[in-house]
Amino acid sequence: MVQPLSPRLKETPSQTAGPYVHIGLIPHQAGFDIFETNFSNVLAGPDTTGERIRIEGRVFDGADSPVRDVLVEIWQANAAGRYNHPADRQEGKPLDEGFRGWGRTGSDFETGLWHFETVKPGPVEGRKGHRPQAPHVNFWIAARGINIGLQTRLYFPDEAEANAADPVLGLIEQPNRRKTLIARREERGGGVVYVFDIRLQGQDETVFFDA
Amino acid sequence: MNGLDREFLQRDRGIHPPAFTPDYKTSVLRSPRAALISLENSLSEVTGPTFGRSEIGPLDNDLILNYARDGEPIGERILVHGHVRDENGRGVPHTLVEFWQANAGGRYRHRNDRYLAPIDPNFGGCGRTITDENGYYYFRTIKPGAYPWRNFLNSWRPAHIHFSVFGSGFAQRLITQMYFEGDPLIRHDPMILGIPDPAAAVRLIAPLDLSAALPLDMLAYQFDIVLRGRQQTLFENKLQGN
Repeated sequence: MVQPLSPRLKETPSQTAGPYVHIGLIPHQAGFDIFETNFSNVLAGPDTTGERIRIEGRVFDGADSPVRDVLVEIWQANAAGRYNHPADRQEGKPLDEGFRGWGRTGSDFETGLWHFETVKPGPVEGRKGHRPQAPHVNFWIAARGINIGLQTRLYFPDEAEANAADPVLGLIEQPNRRKTLIARREERGGGVVYVFDIRLQGQDETVFFDA
Repeated sequence: MNGLDREFLQRDRGIHPPAFTPDYKTSVLRSPRAALISLENSLSEVTGPTFGRSEIGPLDNDLILNYARDGEPIGERILVHGHVRDENGRGVPHTLVEFWQANAGGRYRHRNDRYLAPIDPNFGGCGRTITDENGYYYFRTIKPGAYPWRNFLNSWRPAHIHFSVFGSGFAQRLITQMYFEGDPLIRHDPMILGIPDPAAAVRLIAPLDLSAALPLDMLAYQFDIVLRGRQQTLFENKLQGN
């Protein structure tokens, strides 16, 4: 079938998720239970392969106050660096059937803290002809006051060599701004925690992508 | 492969509200000041989560019954239906569509909503479905009411239903709101007015669809959703730099 050169239709405009996004996407947090199965912030099941990690952080507004009604979603490859999606045909990287690679959560209404329980992703191939991408987690955030979902990426501080060669970090002109995408590593109670604070506006503003 | 590995067309930011829309006051401190970094798609953007029908319950797309306790909710019974397509006009099959809304009186079932209009004991206000092989979806609900919000002193949101859609790649992720044909509050709403292209804003207004109404039972509104399309070219661009 011959395809037109320019798109036939235009994308539906975005609108803010509003303050009550939890009703639809995390009803338990809104204060009620309705669905039999619920999506959650726990990506790693008992059979998932890889190093268990916790990712946590807060989202700050331009007045340096935590955004306490933010929706955070992540999308990542498994420990071998493979996405659970039919378009991922990287050779030699096993699919982990029990690992969807996606999770969602809402920040705490008091503290603004959010967290995920997952595994550390492996490196993913770059675009054709490009260097491989350093291990990273794709973020998408939505909230009251955010008119269109913001895309960003978390990178790991213990992957300095891979980060230095990462083709996406390399696109960010100012080296200082690259740092906003590198999480902080902590060890707590025998577990590894990566702290990733997102700053929407102002000093040390997080890099957001139009991807 | 159905082209699922192809990159997405660049998003036309002119049809979306920019981050900073000062008449919607909360956007002032929640909008980035630096420019977005444009990124050619890699596997990280062209892939995205998939959801199975087995994760969705049989009443998940029926808001009239999915929280019914001792009766059915009060309000105007409606069917909302439409297609999820991409910019190339192709239906987006088997994708998750989620929706949430206030009840007929404009009250949300949410611990932070303190509007004086009462909760409806038989209405939860959320649902979800997965599009069929053609990208078609539908759900049954109660038409939501307008409600006041603290923006200007006398700000009222038009009746609306929030939608969350996934598509086949994470870069298609979209949250939006559907409004109802003929609602006079639409022209006062800073969220709709934040869309720079008036023709784009109109696409968020669902027309009444009498042909899909069920006589003596419920009215219907049609809301079609368009997600980003994938590039159709068969040739790779010559790479620039690395």
